[in-house]
Amino acid sequence: MDTTKRASGSVGKVLLQIFLIFVAVTQIYPLIWLVFFSLKDNSEIFSGNVAGLPSTFRWQNYAVALNQGNVIKFFLNSAFVTTVTIVLVLFLSSMAAYAITRMNWKLSKFTMTLILVGMMVPIHAALLPLFMVLKNLKLLNTYASLILPYSAFALPMAVFILGSFFKGIPLELEEAAVIDGCGIYRTYFYIIVPQIRSALATVAIFTYLSSWNELMFAVTFINNQSYQTLTVGMMSMVGTYITQWGVIGAGLMVATIPTIIIYLLCSSQVQESLIAGAVKG
Amino acid sequence: MNSVLSNKKAICIFVIPTLALFFIIVFVPIVVSSYYSLLDWNGVGRGAFIGLKNYVEMFTSTRALNAMKNSLLFAGASIFIQLPISLLLALILASGVKGEGFYRTVYFIPVLISTVVIAQLWSKIYNADYGLLNTLLKSVGLGYLAQDWLGQTSTALAASFVPTLWQYVGYHMLLMYAGAKSISKDIYEAARIDGASSARIAFSVTIPLMKPILKVCLVFSMIGALKVFDLVYVLTNGGPFFTTEVPSTLMYTTIFDTYRYGYGSAFSVFIIVECLAFTLLINKFFKTE
Repeated sequence: MDTTKRASGSVGKVLLQIFLIFVAVTQIYPLIWLVFFSLKDNSEIFSGNVAGLPSTFRWQNYAVALNQGNVIKFFLNSAFVTTVTIVLVLFLSSMAAYAITRMNWKLSKFTMTLILVGMMVPIHAALLPLFMVLKNLKLLNTYASLILPYSAFALPMAVFILGSFFKGIPLELEEAAVIDGCGIYRTYFYIIVPQIRSALATVAIFTYLSSWNELMFAVTFINNQSYQTLTVGMMSMVGTYITQWGVIGAGLMVATIPTIIIYLLCSSQVQESLIAGAVKG
Repeated sequence: MNSVLSNKKAICIFVIPTLALFFIIVFVPIVVSSYYSLLDWNGVGRGAFIGLKNYVEMFTSTRALNAMKNSLLFAGASIFIQLPISLLLALILASGVKGEGFYRTVYFIPVLISTVVIAQLWSKIYNADYGLLNTLLKSVGLGYLAQDWLGQTSTALAASFVPTLWQYVGYHMLLMYAGAKSISKDIYEAARIDGASSARIAFSVTIPLMKPILKVCLVFSMIGALKVFDLVYVLTNGGPFFTTEVPSTLMYTTIFDTYRYGYGSAFSVFIIVECLAFTLLINKFFKTE
């Protein structure tokens, strides 16, 4: 009796593992396939080797994508826009979250509510009005036309996440700092900010993902190739190399590799960051 | 101490930059969009005020109604296909199988990748001649099923749902997993001592206790479906013959291809109101239950 139960239990376990592996393959094989075809040329794909490993690894696809396909330019643009956005969001949201959750003023609760409502606003709402304003200010086709909207839409979530962290810091920290003669700015930058490093990392990851992957603003506000970010650049590159799968694949890989590296380096931090972003109230 | 934390000047310096950016870029545009939506305007000069005519047109145009229907079908597919799969995976992983962390990490990878990349990748998967899907079908002897998935009206809509469902299964799985893990182990222990089976524990103990996170997932997949843009824009841009059009792509074409700024803004207002309405509705429904 006991042994049959154990046997059926282990059969169940094997079936469960097979199911989980099947799901893992479904989730990951399309991406592996992307790696494969980024290293093939058309004649190989069109002569029947669609799904398998490339017969020779054609790294020149990457060279073509990076140079002729302008992907290196798109990559640098994305990197610049994303980095500035992250720095701006961390700087602004941490100060605001601190003032809202730790300092004493009448409208602090109201301000927080306002910002929470802001988290629900889809970016569609701002698209045309921002386009008109940027056009009139002659700011279309500038980095600022992406950095400012990306930052603004990332702020509510950032303030929320950081705010909940600030609430957990003991008040004694500030008391001690003040007794030692620190003013508010020194207390904040030297005593408080070091306490919230992990929360800042969470916000940075969140902001990275939203701005690195954003398309709607990027495609609307930028049409000059020299300012295009990867998402828009990919679309124009796909148009140019429409028949050359290998080059397209290489471009898509370049756009994806930084994210994969960040994920491999700190996968649990990334997962936590997306959970924190979701469990917002 | 109090005087330091009540320093008005510091509060202003800390808060005003954030609030200013937020107001100028998030709040003001909503108001402006609402105003635009009442105009007949092509972006040049001043538009003519036409009241609610854009909304009347929106709710009587078959093309617009079809786009709305598509986004609701999208939401339905997310809620009734994607979320159950995510829940199943979350429950299995949270029950402590071998390789728990590995599977969680792998399932989550697609979530992080740009939708543009996902859409390009899937357009290659769906390619009629050299796509992965048709190749796989042929290799298992189902070649007669091979077809131009995105190019024909009969399959394009369903085919354009799949990549999003595929991409975000891992996201909801992760949220639900976190929810299931946060339930106290004592409760499981008690249920097991009472002789409950794993399935019974899942349905009578775990899932009811996961209600808060399930609500979040429901809201996210609903909202995500209603405002979906990137994937459809890159994959089909609403084609063939508008069969895959959703409100946000229709908004985009209306504004930037046909220069009907007022009518396009009506769509953006519709999307905001729709998202808020469903968020409130889901919250209300889950509270009173």
